[in-house]
Amino acid sequence: MSTDLATETARTAPQARTGMSRRTIGNVVLGVVLLTVPLWLPLVGGYTDLASRVLIYALAAMGLNLLLGFTGGLSFGHAAYFGLGAYGVGLMLKYETHSLFLALGVGTLVGGLAATLLGPIAVRRRGIYFSMITIAIGQMFYFIAIRWNTLTGGYDGLSGFARPKFAGPGHLLSMGPTGMYYLVLAAFAIAALLLWIVLNAPLGHAFVAIRENHKRLTFLGVSTQRYIAISFAISGFIAALAGGLNALLDGFASPNLLNYSMSGDFLIIAVLGGMRNFYGPLAGAVIFVLVRDYVSSVTDNWMSVIGLVFVVSVIFFPMGVLGFFNRKSGS
Amino acid sequence: MGLLLLFNAFNGLIQGAFYALMALGLALILGLNNTINFAQGAFMALAAYFAFTLTPYVGFWGGLIIAPLLAGALGLAIETSLIRRLYNRKDPIYTLLLTFGLAFIMQDMIRTIWGAQGKPLEIPQFLNQPLSSTYFFLTGYRLFVVGVALVGTAALFGVLRFTRIGIRIRAGNSDLETISALGVNIYLLRSANFVIGIVFAGVAGILAAGQLGLNPNMGDALIMPAFVAIVVGGVGSLVGSLLGGLIIGLASGITTAFYPAASEVVIYIIMGVMLVVRPRGLMGQEGLFE
Repeated sequence: MSTDLATETARTAPQARTGMSRRTIGNVVLGVVLLTVPLWLPLVGGYTDLASRVLIYALAAMGLNLLLGFTGGLSFGHAAYFGLGAYGVGLMLKYETHSLFLALGVGTLVGGLAATLLGPIAVRRRGIYFSMITIAIGQMFYFIAIRWNTLTGGYDGLSGFARPKFAGPGHLLSMGPTGMYYLVLAAFAIAALLLWIVLNAPLGHAFVAIRENHKRLTFLGVSTQRYIAISFAISGFIAALAGGLNALLDGFASPNLLNYSMSGDFLIIAVLGGMRNFYGPLAGAVIFVLVRDYVSSVTDNWMSVIGLVFVVSVIFFPMGVLGFFNRKSGS
Repeated sequence: MGLLLLFNAFNGLIQGAFYALMALGLALILGLNNTINFAQGAFMALAAYFAFTLTPYVGFWGGLIIAPLLAGALGLAIETSLIRRLYNRKDPIYTLLLTFGLAFIMQDMIRTIWGAQGKPLEIPQFLNQPLSSTYFFLTGYRLFVVGVALVGTAALFGVLRFTRIGIRIRAGNSDLETISALGVNIYLLRSANFVIGIVFAGVAGILAAGQLGLNPNMGDALIMPAFVAIVVGGVGSLVGSLLGGLIIGLASGITTAFYPAASEVVIYIIMGVMLVVRPRGLMGQEGLFE
């Protein structure tokens, strides 16, 4: 298994320069497909908000995957930063501002700063311990959201804020489903580019090195805790951005966004798609959101089906669907 | 105020005994099976529902004994068919997500079989009597919970200390490879350990249901304090988990006296402080599972 992992890593690590042109073609195709979603999705029976949801989950999972897949830190608490982003945007729009970008910026900042401040506590331990700490920190925010009724609306969640229009010249884009989709897509593209740059910078190489051999880096005098905390912070900012977009999409923020089961959703999206692949979480989000949307419309037992998705992907696709196909084409 | 504080502290300790009981099952499985068992809460709920169904036939006491064993049997089936496949994957994410998914399935099954509505679990009349109705409003049932927690803990430590399987479990915790080389069937050992952990969860679940009633999500709210108890007490130490449970129960009880809204959050704050001051927890070993 471990040798498998190593070869897998070598082939799919973002710093691999071979196949650059293939990668460029892939990116262009992906870009065209994503840009034209509102045109073709209704033809195959989908709706635009569903595509926005896919991209939001993919964004959160890609952020999480910087920590999980590339730095080797298993956080089970990223829903907290996602949810903080959502509540941040919701509260800003409800009480403070009608500016879309200001609200989104503040929401991202709130969630991201929380991750920046709490990451250093969590990274004091590694392995399973790290996971338990991240989950417990996450649950703390969940309980705060539930108990602070006057601010957050408690169990019922935060509602009563509307999606503002773009403040562009003459409100060129209204924020209907299509406008919302392109906003999400723009955020996704920017975050993906940022992650790509980080992973190809020395910083990203340090992350991967920590994942591969934590002890060795410590011997070399690298403060691994600091690097993991940086990875934690970046992934927290991205999760918060995704959470803010989620609040805009729904016009609502639920305390369940902060709950650990939400973190579990992001993790399974990353694992299902392939946590060693840059676009793995995107593939995972497509599968996860579509399956959930479809199954919950046809049966009350959709939870069992989602649970089954967890079990099957863990047992049969440990490297995710992208990893699975990569291995097939490689061998 | 003094009496109220004392009362809440006392209540908190009772709650803590309960957390400790849950944390022990989790810590046991974390130790030898190297698994954070997210399905622990679902197993608790399942055992409670088993007890609910069995009670009309075998009474509360019969249910309290048989239902955890049934849950344990299901745990055995799950361990041998699914969790076992993942032991040699180094990354803990797989068992985590597997048990997380299993919890979903089990919760959904409970909802399908027994319905989403909450149900009461009948407990014997004499346990329901208030023992004292002044400040220390205390039913016999709460004392009974503490009693079961004590007996369960004593039994567990007795087994770990004096029986062959217990000694092997402890040895396996410190060096699994070596005891495997010495001829111990570690697969069997891990299965047995998992079942013991589930039986503990089952007992805790039934005790919780006797007080709070049954509902399919009942395990969700109970598993988190057990995690915190383990982190505070220190991973790798069962005594630590026990202490951790009592401490967070007590803290949450005292907080209830002053500021009830923070009674849940306070345990996470304790955990945060503990991690900053003493990252390995009260009695944890340095560098375990890292």
